[in-house]
Amino acid sequence: AMEVIWQGREGRKLSSRELFVLTYGALVAQLCKDYEKDEDVNTCLDRMGYGIGIRLIDDFLARSAVKKCRSYSETADMIAQVAFKMYLGVTPSVSCSSAAGNEFSLILDKNPLVDFVEELPAERASLCYCNLLCGVIRGALEMVHLAAEVTFLQDRLKGDAVTEIGITFLRKAEDRKHKRNK
Amino acid sequence: DGKDVLEFLGNPANYPVSIRFGRHRLSSNEKLMLASMFHSLFAIGSQLSPEVGSSGIEMLETDTFKLHCFQTLTGIKFVVLADPRQAGIDSLLRKIYEIYSDFALKNPFYSLEMPIRSNKCSFKRWMALCFQPSWESGPSWCGCSAGRRKPPRLWPSCSAWQWY
Repeated sequence: AMEVIWQGREGRKLSSRELFVLTYGALVAQLCKDYEKDEDVNTCLDRMGYGIGIRLIDDFLARSAVKKCRSYSETADMIAQVAFKMYLGVTPSVSCSSAAGNEFSLILDKNPLVDFVEELPAERASLCYCNLLCGVIRGALEMVHLAAEVTFLQDRLKGDAVTEIGITFLRKAEDRKHKRNK
Repeated sequence: DGKDVLEFLGNPANYPVSIRFGRHRLSSNEKLMLASMFHSLFAIGSQLSPEVGSSGIEMLETDTFKLHCFQTLTGIKFVVLADPRQAGIDSLLRKIYEIYSDFALKNPFYSLEMPIRSNKCSFKRWMALCFQPSWESGPSWCGCSAGRRKPPRLWPSCSAWQWY
């Protein structure tokens, strides 16, 4: 696969973004070899993402110098427009999907992580390929005292029209801070 | 680095020598005590504050020093002890936040809430840029403590100052 990519781009060196995407793919592939069940791979990806998220939040806050967010809606906007932009170069659109104002969806047209993935193998039909992202968001939110559940609601790789990440904010912590990060 | 001063000055091979007088460095114990006490005071201060949603103690001023504190939205506090006349500490604190996120958090072998030790050249260069020689009497101590659930952790900044 590596040689194909080199030739396809006239021997140009891999950009760091491509390297990142390929590394991620290698990670998922290895996890698929290590675990038989899709759920186990998904859990593992989520856990790894969580470990990244709890650290990435400080990098995000230090570099973007954003102010505290005052509502869940601001938080969701911040994740989509600032954090995703900063780290993945894409800006998902945000929509609120509950009257209570604590459930949001991020809809991704372009997902750089799946650039080189055609489709999921038949035996891995319920694999959430990008589950790492869910863990990252969850970990980052937790460090700013916002408990949330983050899952993939739709996935282009599974045949859905778009890729949609759902964020459900749980009970607000008594602490004064709100912040989020990808 | 622990050598005797007079012995050092007595040896002509060490000249020319540049001497800078600074404040007495805090021992690790003193740093821990300071951090724990400040952490509690900070919490009490933000509760007592007449302002709603107070951001806690940002500056503590005495005759001989000023203590600056910057709390991030994740609950980490960066504390700097400096000369009362020293300016620019706010941007220093923000810079330190960036450095922390680069050198501590991105290190896969660093566990959160543990003391940070770094010998990397790039880290030292970073610190040099922050603590410019133009300062008359620079900060005597920079510490970083996490005030979340666990006891405060410290950034032993002596490693930043020893070679300065």
